[in-house]
Order: sequence, then structure tokens, then C-alpha cells
Amino acid sequence: MTAFARRLVYGLMARAYGRTIVAALIALVFAVAVTSAVLSVSGFNPPSTFQAMLVFGKESDSVVNTVNRAATYYLSAIAVAVGFRMKLFNIGVDGQYRLAAMLAAATGGALALPPVLHQAAIIVVAAVVGALWAAIPAVLKVTRGVSEVISTIMLNFIASGVIAFLLNPSRLAVTLGPNNIGTKPIASSGRVPNIPYPGSDLAIYGLVLLAVAVGAGFWFVMGRTRFGFDLRASGLSQSAAVASGVDARRMVVAAMMMSGLVAGLVGMPQLLGGSYSYSLDFPTGIGFTGIGIALLGRNNAVGIAFASLLWAFLDESSQILEFNEIPKEIVAITQAAVLLSVVVVYELVNRLGRRIDQRYVAARLGEVTSS
Amino acid sequence: MIDQEIRAPASPARERRLRRLGLAGLGVFAALIALRLITGESDITSSGTTSATLALAVPIGMAALGGLWSERGGVINIGLEGMLTFGTWGAAFGSYFSHSPWTGLLTGVLAGALGGLLHAVATVTFGVDHIVSGVAINILAPGVTRYLSDLLFTGQTGGGATQSPPLPDFPTWSLPGVGGPLGSVERHHWILVSDLAGLVRGLLTNLSPVTLIAVALVPASFYVLWRTPFGLRLRSCGENPLAAESLGVKVYTMKYAAVVISGALAGLGGTFLAMVASSNYQEGQVNGRGFIGLAAMIFGNWRPGGVAAGAGLFGYADALQLRGGTGAVHAMLLLVGVGLIGLGGWHAYRRRFVTAVVSVVVAFGLLAWFLLTDELPREIVTYSPHITTLLVLAFAAQRLRMPAADGMRYRRGGGGG
Repeated sequence: MTAFARRLVYGLMARAYGRTIVAALIALVFAVAVTSAVLSVSGFNPPSTFQAMLVFGKESDSVVNTVNRAATYYLSAIAVAVGFRMKLFNIGVDGQYRLAAMLAAATGGALALPPVLHQAAIIVVAAVVGALWAAIPAVLKVTRGVSEVISTIMLNFIASGVIAFLLNPSRLAVTLGPNNIGTKPIASSGRVPNIPYPGSDLAIYGLVLLAVAVGAGFWFVMGRTRFGFDLRASGLSQSAAVASGVDARRMVVAAMMMSGLVAGLVGMPQLLGGSYSYSLDFPTGIGFTGIGIALLGRNNAVGIAFASLLWAFLDESSQILEFNEIPKEIVAITQAAVLLSVVVVYELVNRLGRRIDQRYVAARLGEVTSS
Repeated sequence: MIDQEIRAPASPARERRLRRLGLAGLGVFAALIALRLITGESDITSSGTTSATLALAVPIGMAALGGLWSERGGVINIGLEGMLTFGTWGAAFGSYFSHSPWTGLLTGVLAGALGGLLHAVATVTFGVDHIVSGVAINILAPGVTRYLSDLLFTGQTGGGATQSPPLPDFPTWSLPGVGGPLGSVERHHWILVSDLAGLVRGLLTNLSPVTLIAVALVPASFYVLWRTPFGLRLRSCGENPLAAESLGVKVYTMKYAAVVISGALAGLGGTFLAMVASSNYQEGQVNGRGFIGLAAMIFGNWRPGGVAAGAGLFGYADALQLRGGTGAVHAMLLLVGVGLIGLGGWHAYRRRFVTAVVSVVVAFGLLAWFLLTDELPREIVTYSPHITTLLVLAFAAQRLRMPAADGMRYRRGGGGG
């Protein structure tokens, strides 16, 4: 290895973000290799498959869809990351965002308010519903010691039941089409204008900016406030946090509700920018995607941005595969491989990094003693 | 600690516990009979409900038993849901292409075990956080099975990307001379006699071999884990791996064994779902049963008997909503309400007033709901197993003891300092 390459590797491995980048790149290479292997075994040509995906993914319409998808994924992953930062596993983002979007859509359809107030009211309702639904597992955890993993998963199912119950023509739903029912569409005063994209008939949701704002807020709260510090400290060592005066129970409830609050926003770009009604075909399962993206982005605001763009790009560009008779679920394998390998590789890179740190320190100590 | 648990079986405390369990079982049965009489919902104790309970308890119970094995070895296994999914697909693959249900059983178990192996590699060898690895497996499983189905089942008659073609059936066995006579007794709706007939008939007729294997695996797991040197070593890895290592136990091997067996059990549960509970593999068939299984394991205090009881409870909740529908589940509100009032009284007696008040308030809410309505909305009833899980975890006694080193990261030689 040349001196420059060695300096580069050492320099990267000595820094936390450097290790993250190295791990992500290795994981990506590994995932591409696994995908290629699966494609070859199934009798498809990997290079031409990737080629087709890249060409299709670069079209204007695909770019718009990728950005819109990524914004939704980003919000979901940030919601998950808030919990992950303190070792709190909010698997319930899925139920939280669906229930929040449904009730917010129903409120928005029923209200007649001037613009700005109307949108604000809908978004506030969504955030509050998300936070309250997430408060249930939090309270169960601190008062009864119920594992939040199990309770949030059960609440996802129960949310489906509640939504099915409310989304009924005799309750909150109206008929929208021959095979579709949904909440009453939100009037134009409650819609958010879209941003046109050159060369495409489709437009980027205005609330993509909301995702950016939430990301900035996440970075600020986690890295620059006392609350964020307490939260991260509780995640790293519960006992140390308690010993330095953190109220562990309050932190669990606060972190969980904050996670649910962000989860409530997940449906907003789509609801206020595209569908204007919560109907049977509103996207589901984004909460689970968010878990994967949060892990891939290492619970970091910038990392998650890259991860959600990658994930959205894979989802979007896989649409072309159907035309080539290739099952588009191949990208699910790519995504899972990237996810599983990134956690493994990160662990390995961290061990290696620590060893490099130790060797560096030992070498410096040697210099000191020998001189 | 470990020594006490493998001591000779016939201690007085053990006998007392068994007697208490028996009494509790009788009490529940009596309460159900009373409920049937009050509300007239005959499905509460019918043979159909009993056999459906058994059938629905099998996948939950296998997931729970899988969780038990893994966590006794010190590895949390959230990936059970994904391993069940692998099991459903593996069973469909093996049985469809070989035209034999028994091959399906083998491939289903193997597919689950492969999922377990993946979890073991990630958590044991690479020290990845157990929950993170489990979540990744749960994301991986639907993608892989969908891809493989699209590749292998599309184009076969009745098959496609989301489901397999119809699969060969297992033979079913009945204890001879039970079904007919008991069936006629059951139809008379006599107090106690008919209820008992329903229970026995449901448990002894039309049994699939997978059910029998699953039921037998509960005592077998108890025997292996608590009565053999292998089991003691495995459990010592879940309690204190560093101490186990110092005594020469191969901790990595034990943990691998625990997690792979855990996956295999989940695979068996998946096989049951695809081949016995239904006639083919369908996407989303597992529907959270892996997680309900974990709840059953916690409810059962990480012990096989408790796990079986938990699986039975959740299986019953599922059976009731499927067979009895909205009326029978509505009747349950009464039972749960009365039960919670009793629980509240007990908490008050033990001077835990906050818990007591919460229990009684919830109880009165449920009783009011029972009295003011005639049936529950279908959309909510569908999710009664999940609601039951949440309620049981919230209200069940919290005197649980999980394995001491459960979920901890272990590296060989890590205690050397």
C-alpha cells in the first residue's frame, strides 16, 4: 500500500463518520455482489439489469418519484431513529403514521379554514395522534414493564382494526370510486402546492421541505440540546444516565412520544400533496421500511438522507424490471442484504478501527519513551 | 441458581405449583361454562372452538418455544416472525415439488433453521445487536420468499408471486370411537357434560401429525433443557456466559445450537400454517404470530409449561374470533370484566392501590361496553388476539425472571479484563 493510501485509510478509520462511510461502501459492494449472484443463478444478466435500472432511474419522472418517496421514507426513518438513539425500539411507526394520517385526513376533510391555518391544523392533528398512539407503549413500559417491541407491534395490528372500523361509509368514509372508499377529500385551502420539476409532468411534493426541516430539527435536538444529550446518554448507559440525574421513566415517555410525533408526519407529504384523502390505497408498510433505513443510515440525520434516497431509488428503478420479465422483488433482496451486511460490516470496521487506534497510541507512546 | 433448577422433581414446592395450575385450569373451564350459560354463545366451549384453539395455538406455541430456546441460550430472537415466514415458504416448496407432505415438513423446518443460522452468525459471531439482526431478518424474509415464489410458483396452476399452488395434505388421525358418541352428547348442550364432550372431542379428533409433533415438543424441550447436561450448558450460556466459559462450556457452539433449534421450531410452526391451517402458502400468512409467540413466551416466564399455557390462551382468542365471531368475543367482555374486578380486589388487598384502581376502571369500562352493545364491530374483533396479548402483558403479574444474560453481547475471553 502506498503511503497516501495508508494515510487515507488510517484517517478515515480514526473518525466515526469515516468508519460509517467505509462500512456503508463495503456493505453496498457486498449487496451488489449478492444481488448479482442471485440474478445469475436465476438466469438473468446482472450488468444489463443494473444498466436498465440506472437508465430508467435517471428519467425525470423517476427522479420526481424517487424524491417524493425518499421524503416519506426519511420522516419514517427519523421517527425510528429518535427511539433507536436511546435503545428504544419503536416498531410501531407503521401503525402510528397510518392512524395519524387517517384521522388528520378526516379532520382536514371536515374542516373549512383559510389556507395556512388549514394545513397547519391537519399537520398538528397528525402529530398529536402519532404522539398519543406512541404514548400507549411508553406508559405500559414505564408502569408495567411491558417490552415496547411487543406492544408496538401489537398496536400496529390494533391500529389496522381501528382504521378499518372508522373507514366505513357509516362513519368517517365516503365513496371515492367504484372500488375505493376514503375520507372526505381535503378542500383546496388545505392542500400544499407542489414544486414543478423540469422535463416532467409530475411534481415534487411541497412537504418535502417538511422532511428537510424535521431532519434539521432532529440534528439540532440530538446534538445541541440537553434533552438530546440525556436521550443519547440513556441509550449508551441507562445506569450512568440515572446516576447523573436523568429521570429514566420520563425519558422513555418523552422519547417515545417524540418518535410518534415524527411518525405522525410520515403520511403528510402524500396526503397534502397528492392524494388529499386517506383511502384504501394509501401506502402502507412505510414504518417497517423506516426501520431498515434508520439502521442503514446509522441513526444519523445525514446518513438517513442518503439511505432513504438509495432505498427510494431502488424501489423506483425496479419498476422497469417487470418489462424485462425479472421479478422486481430482487430489490427487496438487495435492500435486505445491504441492511444485514451494513450492521455486520459496521461492527467489524469498528473493531478494526479500535485496533488501529490502539496501534497508533502504542506507536506514539513508543516514540515518547524511546526519545 | 442453576443447580437448584435441575434438582430432583418431587419437591413440595413443585407439587404445590402443579396443584395450583390444575385448580386454575378447572377454574377457567368453570368460568367458561358459566359464561356459555349466561350468554347462550355455544361456541365458547364447542368442539369446533377447541380444535381451532389447538390448531391456532400450534404456530404461536412453536414460535414461543423457539423464543424460549434462543433466549435460554442468551440470544433475543425478534426474527421469529421472519423464520416462520421462511418455514411457510420452505414447506410449500418441498411439498409441492415432491408431492409429499413429509418432504414439506422437512424443508419447512430446514428453511426456519436456515433463518436461525443467519441470526446466529450475525449475533454470535459478529456481535450485532440482537434486535437489529432480528428486525433485518424480518425485512429479509418477505422479500426473499416473494422473489422465490415469483420465480418458482408463477406459471404453476394456482400459483403466483404471492401464493403457492395447492399443497398435498397430511393424513389426519382421530382416536377411534370418540368422535361420534361425543358429538351427539355435545349437541344437547347439557351443563358440564356437553362442555367436557366438546373439549375432549376437539382435542382427540382430526389431528394432524404436525400438531402431535408440536405438542410432544413441549415436554421434550423441558426434558432436554432441564434434565440433560446439554440443556444445563445451554442455559448456563443464557445466565452467565463468562462463568460457563470458565467451566469449559463451548459458549459459541451452545448459542449456535440454541438459535438454530429456535429457527427450526419456528420453521415447524410455519409448516403448520402453510400445510395444515391452510391449503397453500400465502404471502402475509404469518400475520404477526411470531411476535404473539414472543408475548406467549414472556407470559410463560421463559418456561415450557407456561409457554404452552400462553400459546393456548392466544390460540383461544384467535379461535373464538374466527369461529364464534362478534357474539362470542362480545361475551368475553363480561368474563374479562369480572376477572379484572377480582384482580383489582387482590391488588387492593396487597396495598397496590394505583394498579387496583386502573384494573377496576378498565373492568367497569368493559362491563359497560358489554351491557350497552349486542355485539362488537367485526373490524375490531379480527384483532382480538393482538388486543388480548397487549392486555395480558399489561395486567399479568410481573414476577417474571428472564435469563440473566439474555440479549447481552458475548465475546470469547471477554471476561479476562
